[in-house]
Amino acid sequence: MSSISSNRKPVLSQIATNDGHAEKCSYFDGWKAYDRDPFHPTQNPNGVIQMGLAEHQLCFDLVREWLVNNPEAFICTEEGVDKFRDIAIFQDYHGLPEFRNAVAKFMGRVRGDKVRFEPDRIVMSGGATGAHELITFCLADRGDSFLVPTPYYPGFDRDLCWRTGVRLLPVVCHSSNNFKVTRKALEDAYAKAVEANIRVKGLLITNPSNPLGTILDRDTLRELVSFINEKNIHLVCDEIYAATVFRQPNFVSISEIIEEDQACNLDLVHIIYSLSKDMGFPGFRVGIVYSYNDAVVECGRKMSSFGLVSSQTQYLIASILSDDQFIGNFLLESSERLATRHKVFTHGLRQVGIKCLNSNAGLFLWMDLRGLLRESTVEAETDLWRVIINDVKLNVSPGSSFHCSEPGWFRVCIANMNEETMKVALTRIGEFVLRNGNKLVRKEKCWQNNLRLSFSFRRMDDVVRMPCIMSPHSPIPQSPLVQART
Amino acid sequence: MEFASEKKQELLSKIARSDRHGEHSLYFDGWKAYDKNPFHPTQNPDGVIQMGLAENQLCFDLIEEWIKNNPTASICTSEGVGKFKDVANFQDYHGLLEFRQAVAKFMGMVRRGKAAFDPDRIVMSGGATGASETLMFCLADPGDAFLVPSPYYPAFNRDIRWRTGVQIIPVECHSSNNFHVTLAQMESAYTKAIEANINVKGVILTNPSNPLGITLSRETLTSLLSFTSRNNLHMVCDEIYSASVFNSPAFTSISEVMQETECNPDLVHIIYSLSKDMGLPGLRVGIIYSYNDQVVNCARKMSSFGLVSSQSQHLLASMLSDEVFIEKFLEQSSRRLAKRHSRFVKGLEQDRIHCLEGNAGLFLWMDLRHLMKESTFDAEMKLWRVILEDVKLNVSPGSSFHCPEPGFFRVCFANMDDHTVEVALKRIREFVSKGNENGDDKKLLQKKHRQNLNLRLSFTSRKCDEGLMSPHQRMSPHSPVPHSPLVRART
Repeated sequence: MSSISSNRKPVLSQIATNDGHAEKCSYFDGWKAYDRDPFHPTQNPNGVIQMGLAEHQLCFDLVREWLVNNPEAFICTEEGVDKFRDIAIFQDYHGLPEFRNAVAKFMGRVRGDKVRFEPDRIVMSGGATGAHELITFCLADRGDSFLVPTPYYPGFDRDLCWRTGVRLLPVVCHSSNNFKVTRKALEDAYAKAVEANIRVKGLLITNPSNPLGTILDRDTLRELVSFINEKNIHLVCDEIYAATVFRQPNFVSISEIIEEDQACNLDLVHIIYSLSKDMGFPGFRVGIVYSYNDAVVECGRKMSSFGLVSSQTQYLIASILSDDQFIGNFLLESSERLATRHKVFTHGLRQVGIKCLNSNAGLFLWMDLRGLLRESTVEAETDLWRVIINDVKLNVSPGSSFHCSEPGWFRVCIANMNEETMKVALTRIGEFVLRNGNKLVRKEKCWQNNLRLSFSFRRMDDVVRMPCIMSPHSPIPQSPLVQART
Repeated sequence: MEFASEKKQELLSKIARSDRHGEHSLYFDGWKAYDKNPFHPTQNPDGVIQMGLAENQLCFDLIEEWIKNNPTASICTSEGVGKFKDVANFQDYHGLLEFRQAVAKFMGMVRRGKAAFDPDRIVMSGGATGASETLMFCLADPGDAFLVPSPYYPAFNRDIRWRTGVQIIPVECHSSNNFHVTLAQMESAYTKAIEANINVKGVILTNPSNPLGITLSRETLTSLLSFTSRNNLHMVCDEIYSASVFNSPAFTSISEVMQETECNPDLVHIIYSLSKDMGLPGLRVGIIYSYNDQVVNCARKMSSFGLVSSQSQHLLASMLSDEVFIEKFLEQSSRRLAKRHSRFVKGLEQDRIHCLEGNAGLFLWMDLRHLMKESTFDAEMKLWRVILEDVKLNVSPGSSFHCPEPGFFRVCFANMDDHTVEVALKRIREFVSKGNENGDDKKLLQKKHRQNLNLRLSFTSRKCDEGLMSPHQRMSPHSPVPHSPLVRART
């Protein structure tokens, strides 16, 4: 430091010095534990298994095969390099038309082609993270709020609030009705805001839900549409897990609901999407804002300059997503593999008396460990979580980090590991439950001296063998938000 | 009806409804004109030539060759596909270590080893566009201000101000001293701002300058750095054109000046990108390099809103760490820029059009004051429309860069091939000689020529004998929608 005198005004911004980045919450410890001691099947079999990262790693073999068979589809291969120049200089914020066309088509496909998406409404952003911030900047002023059903993805606190100055107000959901969002809960939350003189600009839903792994039924969606129209507030639907639905009931997108509802003001409806979960490409930062409001599309497009998708990646994505046959096969396989993984895990947990919320989508389970809490408090949940991290050596995510109103729930990610690791995780859980078995409150008990978990695979030969992902390429301790989206 | 559309407007935020994205400025028309009628050497030889886009298209042959010879740099080749999964999965906001190391090394090479960069201070962003905005979010609150020498890059109005609420206070520079910013001017602007009760947080310099195409001298940088440190102001240096210097004086970076000047490093930050120096704007590689640990930390968290695609990180990590290639590239790029610059300047001089003596960047700062009937911005606009509609060149009027004096135009020269250069120069010649037939203009021309102008021609004939063949000028970008200049993330 120099001897130059400095006056006393603050050097950095308020945004830079507040906690709006949301990385100080206690579950940072889970990530530190993982980074210090990451599991590896042979090199570190007693390490911490990463189950806090909602990644889809089950279908890379399919993508890899497609890449090898389609060399002309990329700008860095011998076959495709003549396109390199045009792509490398392309920085138009409309995006490559072939990219927008392919994404629009893919989004339609994922919804069973029941709706059509217009390529001209596709706006790019820096992942869904960037998309959420962008739409918030378009729709709300500093001090305004969005209602959001709990539990919800922790990154929303950063994405919607940090630099925008917007607030999130919870719409509390309960286990008593499987955490479904009710009209009453919406009205209560809205009334509370009005009383506190906070302007509500919109409602944010995630469908399929993170962390619940459930989808919204048609009636609920209609109820939401009715609610936002009545209050004249926006409806932002994060459909980032749309293609991870692996079992009935089928996914119903907001885009279908508004097609049948003539009374809905389309200017209020917006969809957030990304390829990070459905395709398993979080590194490529492909975020999409799809709005039915022309002014929002226009404004959003201008804002997208702050986080465009790399043209090299746009080109790659355009190529992959335009291959109808490949995509059809991919979506089927992905669904089946997720279903299998889900079945094995839930079965394994059930065998040791652990129940999960009945779910049919997403890359995780919503695990009920209320029976293991010494008391129904957040402190007890945190204590249990520390035990799970330090003794059981699993980095799972405590419900409180998702703003869940009831202590004792944990999100467990199951699609970011291979079969072997999954078995190890289940074994550890089983052993832990055995040790603490008398604390469990459950209807049926499964005492087994020799814990053998039976796995019923639909197609055993289809189980993919993949190495577990090691600690990301950084020696620096990380928070969960280091991964752009968890 | 009116009530309904007002109601519709209220659905959006104040930010969304404001004009601070900057796309309604008059020179939008230039882009419309280009889009409606883009030049093509054979298919549309009378079309508008794009000279408003600061792109470096002169060295793609080198990059394409490197790509062919390095198939493992791509995750999509059969040689590289083994890495696809790990790369596609990688979303850590620290960035790939090899990427940060390669960028740090590259930045050091561009500065000829006079400064070394720490990979752990490299923070990613969505292009330089994202970098500028993110830095503002870190350093300033809504209502705070930054001093920016004018003329300056138009999109700063969007990047610095739009969503952040930060203000820009222009520090006007003048042709009388070749638009060089002085300490006196800076201090005067600062004092005025303080008197007006504006909370000034810092200074933003673009070095080399856009639109002037000149590098700042060591003395200027030193005095400005001392000024900022003395007053506890941030010094933000946009060095996006640092490897686009093709003539002496050599580039001096703030990173060098810091080493020999008493200053507070916590106040110094560099914005960088590969869009200009490497000619890769589509890949959206923005970099924030701060000497302030807190800023690095905060900006890194914010980088989640605009990370560089891991696919591109992987490619560039490989390319930038190939020292042999990079040395060759930097040398060739410099050479080709010098040659192109020289050709243009010579061509313009033959028509008695002077440019500011520039040694960097991808453009010329052309003086057309003598072609204006009066020294007003109205006259500048009129002249610009003539250039656009009759001469069919999309150049950028000085007013769009907030130049305090009318009559200057930025002309980009590195985004086209040699043939297009000749066409452009020919059109300018024809335009000027047509003007000469008209008595008034001739008198004007003669008067200006007799005056003792400070603007001198620069002759850069370092490598005049080198022949250069480059591919045809790129056609209109892939979109039917009319564009504004800001459609390119950075122009």
